[in-house]
Amino acid sequence: MGRYIVRSLLWMIPVLLFISIVTFGLCHAVPGGPFDREKVLPAEIIANLNKHYGLDQPLWKQYTDYMGFTRNPSGEYAGVLEGKFGPSFSSRSRTVNDMFRAHLPVSATLGVGALIVAVGLGVPLGVLAALKQNSVWDYLSMGIAIFGVSVSRVVLGPVMILLFALTLHWFPVAGWGRFEQIIMPAVALGLGSSAIIGRLTRASMLQVISEDYIRTARAKGLSERVVMVRHALKNAFIPVATILGPMFAALVTGTFVIEQVFAIPGMGKYFITSIGNRDYPVVMGTILLYAVFLIAANLAVDIAYVFLDPRIQYS
Amino acid sequence: MTTQERAAQRLAEGAAAGAGAQQRVTNLWVDAGRRLVRNRAAVAGGIIIILLLFLGVFAEQVAPYGYAEGDSDENYMTPLWLTKVLPGHMESYVIIGDKFILGADYLGRDLLSRTIYGIRVSLPVGLVGALTALIIGLVYGCISGYYGGKVDNIMMRIVDIMYAFPTMLLIILMMAFFKTTFGGPQEPGTPGYTFNQVNKVVDRLLGLEGGGMLFIFMGIGITAWMGTARLARGQILSLKEKEFIEASRMIGAADLRIIVRHLLPNIIGPILVSVTLNIPGYISTEVFLSFIGLGVDPPTPSWGSLISEGVRALRSYPNQVLFPSIALSITMFAFNFLGDGLRDALDPRMRGRF
Repeated sequence: MGRYIVRSLLWMIPVLLFISIVTFGLCHAVPGGPFDREKVLPAEIIANLNKHYGLDQPLWKQYTDYMGFTRNPSGEYAGVLEGKFGPSFSSRSRTVNDMFRAHLPVSATLGVGALIVAVGLGVPLGVLAALKQNSVWDYLSMGIAIFGVSVSRVVLGPVMILLFALTLHWFPVAGWGRFEQIIMPAVALGLGSSAIIGRLTRASMLQVISEDYIRTARAKGLSERVVMVRHALKNAFIPVATILGPMFAALVTGTFVIEQVFAIPGMGKYFITSIGNRDYPVVMGTILLYAVFLIAANLAVDIAYVFLDPRIQYS
Repeated sequence: MTTQERAAQRLAEGAAAGAGAQQRVTNLWVDAGRRLVRNRAAVAGGIIIILLLFLGVFAEQVAPYGYAEGDSDENYMTPLWLTKVLPGHMESYVIIGDKFILGADYLGRDLLSRTIYGIRVSLPVGLVGALTALIIGLVYGCISGYYGGKVDNIMMRIVDIMYAFPTMLLIILMMAFFKTTFGGPQEPGTPGYTFNQVNKVVDRLLGLEGGGMLFIFMGIGITAWMGTARLARGQILSLKEKEFIEASRMIGAADLRIIVRHLLPNIIGPILVSVTLNIPGYISTEVFLSFIGLGVDPPTPSWGSLISEGVRALRSYPNQVLFPSIALSITMFAFNFLGDGLRDALDPRMRGRF
């Protein structure tokens, strides 16, 4: 187990190196520079700015400077290795770290909220459908599930605003900060995932219920509730757990649309505008951060697996 | 009665009913086709997709107006019945007129026509995404799984790395790259020029002049194949040790022949199912891209860009967001129903599974 974790962590190094190189290459392949404005700056100023940020250096040097393998000539912005993601070109007074500090918690909160919606809605629906297989409940749950996978969050966001905010006035239209402002975006973001979880829970539950150990548990005379909760649900949850990691990562990266619809000051808007502004450090930093996040989420699931299912061992 | 008992009973009934009849000769595909046709939801999905396909192909004939045709004097013109149905007090501020069935957008362009032309974006995106996933994923997965060992190790490591990319962010970055690098006028002879020419041909084929569809296809295609590759590899790995493969190798069949004739037919079912079920994903990726302004180029209508324009006027003109949303949702429902049906038909054991 320990060796598996160590090996996975070591494998992260080449993966992240590769991702950083590809992202860096793509960023710089986009024509134009960070200081191209509608009002053209004098050449000397651009030259000075480029010098200040080390953009006059050869490309490979810029990369190693950014990553922290070598020192930026001005020495002001140390690299990613030290946890410093460099300056933001478009808002000169802020570093990328400042930006992360301000906006990442917002996206993360939204992602967690959506995950709570996804699990909180998906698991009960799936269990209900499995326990009352082929009943009205089953069809109703699976109907909700197919609705969830078919109605995109791009649609769900605006339609929910239209219905619950503008017509029924239950929730505020947009904004961020208060609890009731989180509910609609979290539901809009998480409903699709809850559908996937619901279908998976149902399938997994149906399979577990027909296992021998459930019959054994019943034969022992345990109450139906204990059988279902302690014996069936725990085991049925294993396949669900495996998708939670990538799902959470997808939810956090998938917040962009929802942020735009609900005017939420998360990472999405900054990422998209910084691509337009050729703000390389912001783009690089966001992608690297999310990649680390993605890998970590998958590793966490692998580890959680062992605790959920003692039969699984990593060698 | 447990599931097994029920299955046993059904088997017994089937045997009793079939005892007198002549034994039917059947194969997997005929069987699957029959099961698919019996699935009402899947058939409905298929019919909707065919209808959409017709609407898309004959958009010039069906749509009342062109997608870029509009008069800004008629912006947001809305028919009376819509203002009554929709929330708010639209009748107090909109230009009321029956010229447009579903109303006009902020430039006076017909919303219905633009929604119909949007099919020409979404359906091809779904199809191209599925085809790339199928072709690249299948070839990649087959090679990796069949040759195994070092080849497999390296090829799957590459897939692992691709999986570690935050896909959405990568697509956004690539779209920005494609659009800025190949978007403008290019000098003849450069790769950019070639791309531009191909892009123009693709746009003309789809009837969306200047839409920039090739770049969307590329962005989605590049990230679409990994899942299929993994699935195909896994299937090949478990199949290639079977006796019938050993037998054909024994009689001297070439690798290519074994893969194409013996392995492929046995793994294609689950892969087709997975590809079909992924089509809504490709469609929503494009919708997402167009929503944030990195998808189709205006004035080409995509459901994503229509919804994005509609969100800006959500409070005053809810019809702008409603109708493209309905079109998108119907399409997604259709593909999901068809995909589910295909899965149940090709692998009845998988019924109701994820």
